[in-house]
Amino acid sequence: MEGPIRAREALALTLFSLLFFLSRSSALHDLLISNAERRIDLSSHIVKVYLTLKVENAGSSPASEVVLAFPPSQVDHLATVEALATKGKRKKTTFVRLEVKPTELPDAPNDTKYFTIYLANPLNSAESITLEVLYMLTHSLEPFPAEIGQSESQLVYYRDSALVLSPYHIKQQTTFIKTPSTKVDSFTRVEPTNRAGTEIKYGPYEDHTPYSFSAILVHFENNSPFAVVEELVREVEISHWGNLQVTEQYKLVHAGARHKGVFSRVDYQSKPSFNGVSSFRYLLARLPPRVHSVYYRDEIGNISSSHLRTDSRKSELEIEPRYPLFGGWKATFVIGYGLPLQDFLFESSEDRRYVNFTFGCPLMETVVDKLTIKVVLPEGSKDPSAVVPFPVDQHLETKYSYLDVVGRTVVVLEKKNVVPGHNSHFQVYYTFKPIFMLAEPLMLASAFFLFFVACIAYLHIDLSIRK
Amino acid sequence: MSAPEASSAAVPTLMTNNTLRNAFGGVLSFFILLLIAVLAFSIRLFSVIKYESVIHEFDPYFNYRVTQFLTKNGIYEFWNWFDDRTWYPLGRVIGGTVYPGLTLTAGTIWWLLNSLNIPLSVETVCVFTAPIFSAFASWATYLLTKEVKGAGAGLTAAVLLAMVPSYISRSVAGSYDNEAVAIFALIFTFYLYIKTLNTGSLFYATLNSIAYFYMVCSWGGYTFIINLIPMHVLLCIVTGRYSSRLYIAYAPLVVLGTLLAALVPVVGFNAVMTSEHFASFLVFIIIHVVALVYYIKGILSPKMFKVAVTLVISAGLAVCCAVIAVLIALVASSPTKGWSGRSLSLLDPTYASKYIPIIASVSEHQPPTWPSYFMDINVLAFLVPAGIIACFLPLSDASSFVVLYIATSVYFSGVMVRLMLVLAPAACITSGIALSQAFDVFTRSIKFQLPGLSSNTEVDAGETSSATKEAQNDAVKTEKAEETSKDRPSRKSKKKEREHVEKPSTKTKAEKKRLLALPLEASVISLLLLVFLGAFYVVHCVWAAAEAYSAPSIVLTSHSHDGLHVFDDFREAYAWLRHNTDVDDKVASWWDYGYQTTAMANRTVIVDNNTWNNTHIATVGTAMSSPEKAAWEIFHSLDVKYVLVVFGGLVGYPSDDINKFLWMVRIGGGVFPHIKEPDYLRDGQYRIDSQATPTMLNCLMYKLSYYRFVETDGKGFDRVRRTEIGKKYFKLTHFEEVFTTHHWMVRIYKLKPQKNRIRGKTKKSKSKTSSTSSSKRSGTRKKNPWH
Repeated sequence: MEGPIRAREALALTLFSLLFFLSRSSALHDLLISNAERRIDLSSHIVKVYLTLKVENAGSSPASEVVLAFPPSQVDHLATVEALATKGKRKKTTFVRLEVKPTELPDAPNDTKYFTIYLANPLNSAESITLEVLYMLTHSLEPFPAEIGQSESQLVYYRDSALVLSPYHIKQQTTFIKTPSTKVDSFTRVEPTNRAGTEIKYGPYEDHTPYSFSAILVHFENNSPFAVVEELVREVEISHWGNLQVTEQYKLVHAGARHKGVFSRVDYQSKPSFNGVSSFRYLLARLPPRVHSVYYRDEIGNISSSHLRTDSRKSELEIEPRYPLFGGWKATFVIGYGLPLQDFLFESSEDRRYVNFTFGCPLMETVVDKLTIKVVLPEGSKDPSAVVPFPVDQHLETKYSYLDVVGRTVVVLEKKNVVPGHNSHFQVYYTFKPIFMLAEPLMLASAFFLFFVACIAYLHIDLSIRK
Repeated sequence: MSAPEASSAAVPTLMTNNTLRNAFGGVLSFFILLLIAVLAFSIRLFSVIKYESVIHEFDPYFNYRVTQFLTKNGIYEFWNWFDDRTWYPLGRVIGGTVYPGLTLTAGTIWWLLNSLNIPLSVETVCVFTAPIFSAFASWATYLLTKEVKGAGAGLTAAVLLAMVPSYISRSVAGSYDNEAVAIFALIFTFYLYIKTLNTGSLFYATLNSIAYFYMVCSWGGYTFIINLIPMHVLLCIVTGRYSSRLYIAYAPLVVLGTLLAALVPVVGFNAVMTSEHFASFLVFIIIHVVALVYYIKGILSPKMFKVAVTLVISAGLAVCCAVIAVLIALVASSPTKGWSGRSLSLLDPTYASKYIPIIASVSEHQPPTWPSYFMDINVLAFLVPAGIIACFLPLSDASSFVVLYIATSVYFSGVMVRLMLVLAPAACITSGIALSQAFDVFTRSIKFQLPGLSSNTEVDAGETSSATKEAQNDAVKTEKAEETSKDRPSRKSKKKEREHVEKPSTKTKAEKKRLLALPLEASVISLLLLVFLGAFYVVHCVWAAAEAYSAPSIVLTSHSHDGLHVFDDFREAYAWLRHNTDVDDKVASWWDYGYQTTAMANRTVIVDNNTWNNTHIATVGTAMSSPEKAAWEIFHSLDVKYVLVVFGGLVGYPSDDINKFLWMVRIGGGVFPHIKEPDYLRDGQYRIDSQATPTMLNCLMYKLSYYRFVETDGKGFDRVRRTEIGKKYFKLTHFEEVFTTHHWMVRIYKLKPQKNRIRGKTKKSKSKTSSTSSSKRSGTRKKNPWH
């Protein structure tokens, strides 16, 4: 099945790559990468790239930053970039997490975008360090053909470069691409290239100048569920009476190759192995342990096909949308559940509390295009502040819920392009006086009291004109 | 309601004792009423507990959608709402064609709750409107029956109404239909009428017209009120019961009520122009004549009066004849004699089946069977005659009204099964009276026979309420009732005050009744039997509420050996349509699914359950009963993109489109005569197996239902019709399957796009290719009603 890619595409991409031969005068050149190994995992619709860089300081002054470069087409789809520094050798290796921030550099060739890794200790000259970089790309597999019938399987394109794009000189580099199955229609050959099983190996390539680029295109079968949540709104409502209520509104879409023509239920039911292989019926949501009163519904009522499995460490909710999702089909639904408050709410100091909750989407292997988390604090809480391990948009809102008078403060966190890698904890700090808990019961009690007093008064007052 | 206002008790010596008793009784009946409301509300929650909190069936979905619109856009937008998502391409003026009572009520409740910061969704409010109003209805029943026969009967009737299956069937949680609030409005209007009749107060008369206005807002059944009350007035006049109270009860109702009714857009000038309202005006004239006569009788001497009568009658008769002749001529000149189709089918039960298949096709417009009486009102059917007898002992204005109400509603329920709902309150009231009176007699006999208990002088006064308590709990032992009866208050003393006009004094009555005591054993046994009867009623009602009437019909369940199966296919299909078709796509289906499609799938439909345009429905019926190509042309001319059919053959769901198909043929054939019912029947039998007619096997409905059905089991065995289908392997040429639900209950097809016309070819090939199709087309063009 291997073969040279189509001539037209190859031409276009090589032209693009030729533009990278530009010299730049900056401290960047003091560093060089002695060895780069890249493993691209294409088995799901989230592309995971593991990059191992051995960075050497060839300059004279110590360097504290290492810059990663990304082509502009990838930057828009870049969900996370994480970097770890390795210490020690062989069995004693430990990893130190490093800070990564997007940066702008002057005169970047062809709109190349940069991320800077800040090293924990400056790299002295002639020293070297091994960096492990993980980045994830979403929406980077382009279905081709873009429309498929029910019985066809889904083929996608993946575009990248055979060479690691870098502002540094790379002495030696290899790229491994892992495909979900052995069915690879075609891939670009940049010798030496070999393919074994589900893996395509590019390289090793020796001595490439900064910004070397060699476009490659892999066309392969990928039938993993392309589940994309276009919009997810998670509302976490804190009640100091002991409950944390979570409501999640999903707009789900199958972002793979669009479904074309008929949908035949008889084919779908009788030949499941041939039919609708790229579609999906089930989604798995991983919820916190001790979850209770779980519901799963949409705007027209309960969806009766879901299973909840709980144990002491986690809860798994297997949900089935009303209909199997084929390419381009959409579905909306709401998942809601309650959680015991003591698992998530902690006191930090006098009257100061914080809620500790997971950020991302509980659905497994799902991309969220736009995630909004609303943390509804109890009525009367003050000075909210959120601590999130990655940059998010924040603002405050007010929500009126059951019998509120002044309204509840809502901390709104928004983030685009969220992948399961973002499922880390975040904290919202706020000040709350427990006396506010009594406000609503007292209000109700006094309302009833007044009502009864009014009744008594009415029964004892004679309002008739005639005596 | 039962405010302890009766502090001025009849017997002065027992004044303090009585006041205490009255207060105690008032509080007790207040709590009993509260419990009744809880009962009425909670018995209707089976549907939420067994299924889910969801809107039921067909019409409620429309009401729900209207309520959503109302809460979103406000009342003014609502009045002016032109809905372009239904009856495409005609549309429908919603604001002017709905009874807005229900939606306004639910909208107000929602608005009130939200302004108190109780964020309930519109759906939740809609789901629980019916149970709330059934609690109100049972209170209204209490008030009405109390006016007729005292508080004991009132409480009994309220309890019976709280759980009468007929009413439950229309007011379970989720059954968000007009009847849910209309029954409350109906009973409450009757109560205020009786109240006015008993008190002669203009205040109540005004309230009565407002209640009538609410009823007009709520339900088309208001015509029942505006005919029943005149009938009662007439009855009172004829039986010589005319009084100023009757005048006050009736005249303001007609004037104010008609004015208010005309404010409702859907009624408008119908309030004065249609024959349904004619009786009220006629009686209005009569009551004025009678009032005038009574007045003249008062001021003239008997001799002069006789002279005046003969004079007026001779002159008046002539005028009357002329007026009546003109009226009859006017009425006769209109084609339906001024009566709407549904009202006509009420008067002539065979009318609908003869002339309007669309009314006859609805199952709830069929006459009921005997078992359905037993199912819907159960033991009340046997208690009603006893209640009627009790109403005659003694006959008051109020009790004669109840008798009239039950008599007319029995007739109407016999015509249309839907109107069992009107019968139910009447049956509850009469049965409540019957039960209460029976308990009254039995407990009094027991007390009379037991000397230890009869020492109390006021003993018989408390019996009414003790009887009530009996009926309340149904399981309370008789001995207990006797004990409690001692400290029960006197209601009679209070009643005496109010109804002193028509009631003999309690004392003489009590003496009379003491002579009517039954033997002890007989009374005890009868009491026990009555309790058993009540218990049986309760068991039946709970069973009916839980099993028979709480299914939402959009989600079906079945029990099998391996557990509960849920068939959620309807919502699966609607959700699919909602998310995976274009917003402006038109969906054609039989009219039953119109409301649901617009509400749940938010797609434009051709016809819906508001069957206002027979021709349009007939067009869809014709398309469904035509062969594929002709059907495609009809649907294409209507801009339809998807066709939805309901098919139960795989899982055995009986009310699917194949079973409704003959109605499509009939309705379609009624307008487009080329569709003939006999073409679809083999020897008068409707069948879909190999014996079926070719017309049947080639019609669109058959093809869309059974397309590739044979591949499921290899034989094509239809589980509803219990037969193998006639034509198993066929292809669709003009439609393509785009979605079929999990259990095949809903199948959605897309119209294939029009074929490209061949252009620029030589004339020869063109004429060749088109000659065959054009000859076909010319053949079908005649059939297509849209050309």
